[in-house]
Amino acid sequence: MATRETKIRTRTQEGLIEVLVLVNHPMETGMRKDKASGKVVPQHFIKEMTLEHNGKVVAVAHMGPAVSENPLIGFRLKGAKSGDKVKAAWSDNKGESGVAEAVVDAG
Amino acid sequence: MTPMKRRTFLKGSATASVLAVAAAAGLLRPQTVLAAAWPQAAFDAKDMNAVTQALYGAADAPANSAIQIKAPIQAENGAVVPIAVSTSLDRVEGIAIMVDKNAAPLIGSVSLSGAGAGYFSARMKMGKTSDVKVVVKAGGKLYSATQNIKVTVGGCGG
Repeated sequence: MATRETKIRTRTQEGLIEVLVLVNHPMETGMRKDKASGKVVPQHFIKEMTLEHNGKVVAVAHMGPAVSENPLIGFRLKGAKSGDKVKAAWSDNKGESGVAEAVVDAG
Repeated sequence: MTPMKRRTFLKGSATASVLAVAAAAGLLRPQTVLAAAWPQAAFDAKDMNAVTQALYGAADAPANSAIQIKAPIQAENGAVVPIAVSTSLDRVEGIAIMVDKNAAPLIGSVSLSGAGAGYFSARMKMGKTSDVKVVVKAGGKLYSATQNIKVTVGGCGG
């Protein structure tokens, strides 16, 4: 399966560094029916997203299928500054995964 | 020679006691929390108290005004409802977002440590108009905040 696009960017919000992660992912609940075939579309959703700041894990998000399609997940960091490295990694219930890295831009 | 040895011994014991204090104060604990597996029981739970119990081992989470929920009061499209949670509480360890009227209330939960600030945002699906509850674990205690979001078009099973 094609790799899913994962985007990461940072900005300053309320004095903290905000990290936004966008993943191109269907987030199927397992309850939706395909209109053409009438068959239930199987569950397919991101279960876990880990955020690293300068190589250290600072946040782990566990998600269920009720997170919207193409999830946009936001974290904030204390004491982060321009030039710091942030990395987000996710994995879903079908074993797919993705990673995106960025350098903090506090400007 | 003897004073040297004594110095070395003091240094060694000081390091050990700092570690012991750090462990006792819970500074080392977040690492083990972050390593936790995907909480199946919490995502399967059918009501918000059961979710809180499964996630944090207790269901009692008194309302606290230091938790802010930023979400629309009315959402036109239940498939994509933006929500942002921020809190000024100290030592935030975890944040969980729940939608009362969804078949499975838990949307997601985040564990934080180190530089991770008390903030989490996402976009969620809502089946119908419902209370949205946020539970925050900070300094070993649970707190919550609730907001009602009206949904015009449901976002589940569409």
